[in-house]
Amino acid sequence: MASKTENQKAWLFVLPVVLLVAFNALIPLMTVVNYSVQETFGDNVFFWEGVKWYEQVLNSERFHDSLLRQLAFTGTILIIEIPLGIAIALTMPRKGPWVPVCLVLMALPLLIPWNVVGAMWNIFALPDIGLLGRTINALGIEYNFTQQPVAAWMTTVLMDVWHWTSLVVLLAYAGLCAIPDAYYQAAKIDGAGSWAVFRYIQLPKMKRVLTIAILLRFMDSFMIYTEPFVLTGGGPGNTTTFLSIDLVKVALGQFDLGPAAAMSLIYFLIVLLVCWVFYTLMMRNEEV
Amino acid sequence: MRRFTWLAPTLYIIFLLLPIYWLLNMSFKTTNEILGTFTLWPQEFTLDNYRKIFTDPTWYNGYFNSIIYVVMNTAISVTAALPAAYAFSRYRFLGDKHLFFWLLTNRMAPPAVFALPFFQLYSAFGLFDTHIAVALAHCLFNIPLAVWILEGFMSSVPRELDETAYVDGYPFWRFFIKIFLPTISAGIGVAAFFCFMFSWVELLLAKTLTSVAAKPIAATMTRTASTSGYELGLLAAAGCLTIIPGAFVIYFVRNYIAKGFALGRV
Repeated sequence: MASKTENQKAWLFVLPVVLLVAFNALIPLMTVVNYSVQETFGDNVFFWEGVKWYEQVLNSERFHDSLLRQLAFTGTILIIEIPLGIAIALTMPRKGPWVPVCLVLMALPLLIPWNVVGAMWNIFALPDIGLLGRTINALGIEYNFTQQPVAAWMTTVLMDVWHWTSLVVLLAYAGLCAIPDAYYQAAKIDGAGSWAVFRYIQLPKMKRVLTIAILLRFMDSFMIYTEPFVLTGGGPGNTTTFLSIDLVKVALGQFDLGPAAAMSLIYFLIVLLVCWVFYTLMMRNEEV
Repeated sequence: MRRFTWLAPTLYIIFLLLPIYWLLNMSFKTTNEILGTFTLWPQEFTLDNYRKIFTDPTWYNGYFNSIIYVVMNTAISVTAALPAAYAFSRYRFLGDKHLFFWLLTNRMAPPAVFALPFFQLYSAFGLFDTHIAVALAHCLFNIPLAVWILEGFMSSVPRELDETAYVDGYPFWRFFIKIFLPTISAGIGVAAFFCFMFSWVELLLAKTLTSVAAKPIAATMTRTASTSGYELGLLAAAGCLTIIPGAFVIYFVRNYIAKGFALGRV
């Protein structure tokens, strides 16, 4: 981007955005930092505690368990959603009357409020009155997601696949549509098979949108709260208690401000670190 | 092989529609039928669930509240993001790259982290339980998103456009509003679509910042579910109604979605 001109007045252009976001980000963040180093016994009396809460959170088994569950969940949905999304994008029609129909229907789950997604899957998967639950039980497999940890886990993963694969599909599809026809003609002349076309033309061209898809799915699945909360309430036991659910339990349920704040910051830093690595990689790719 | 490629998208769409169908099915059933029998379509077709929602103010006000703050948020986010995206796409200035990344980090902040401090912050300003509070709070993740999308669209407009207008003696703001904005109208549409989408589906912050006067429909639903036992039909009807605004918006931007994604910006 050599054509950009140096102009410090551009700050005036970004000022409204900076003010709005700073109001929403910096003040709450400082509040959290404040809580994370202090102890309170109510009445707004606070005592300096240093890094006590951080040590407590980092050494607590509960936090380790939530983090592991979270990592397992995010890993699972990425492994399912990314290849599935690519496969569906590859088989979607490129032109014709079916394109808008596909796009609209596929985008539908993305615009359903998250708690409705949870409630919908709850109703859909209930073993006695839900279509899914009833069908699985009719097949002779015992299934009850409110009692069986494995079933709860699988239902949560399936719900997320249902909810978000479309995002990957739309991104990959857009990447595919941006490939000029000449590439395919050249491949045809060279006698390339469909695997070769995918491996050497489509995949490299989709690299950028796929990076974004992985990044977005990572971020959003890492902060997932509403859907599993409505679906399973984090249960049975703690099997679907992911980081956000655990955090809200500590902060608003038990009102342990110190540990909750320390946990928030550790949580945020993990997301930030992963995204920073991704962002740097993405920007490096862009410059090449 | 080629002939069966339509199979995968079709199966996928059926998979997407099944839970939605089930919700719709439930919304037309009576509570007795839901709990008593298992039927693939309503045997005693009833509109009572919908009638209840359209006549009870605590229900239908929820829709108005949601739509009010979503529209406010979309307007604020896009308006504020337009000049900022222009600055990022056209100028180099002190700390521009860091600022851009900092903005994006807010898209990555888990709302659960901010729920409690947001409650205290907006209470301190006397904004608790107002539409504007939710609209402003959603700016946290929507402004970075809007800036990101718009910057992509603006960067694809050649700089010559700006220079020609300048040579022709257009004052900057007139050029920006009369010439530049119409050229990126697709981008504005896409940005508005995503702001609408993320503000519409978010619940944690919206629920934390409201109690009665600005309570979103989604929160009305969860509270009903927990207080008055199991009124599944009512819950299903309310859920079906929340799908409509989204479907409506997608229909309008259907030709732009793919284009917006094509720039790789979401």
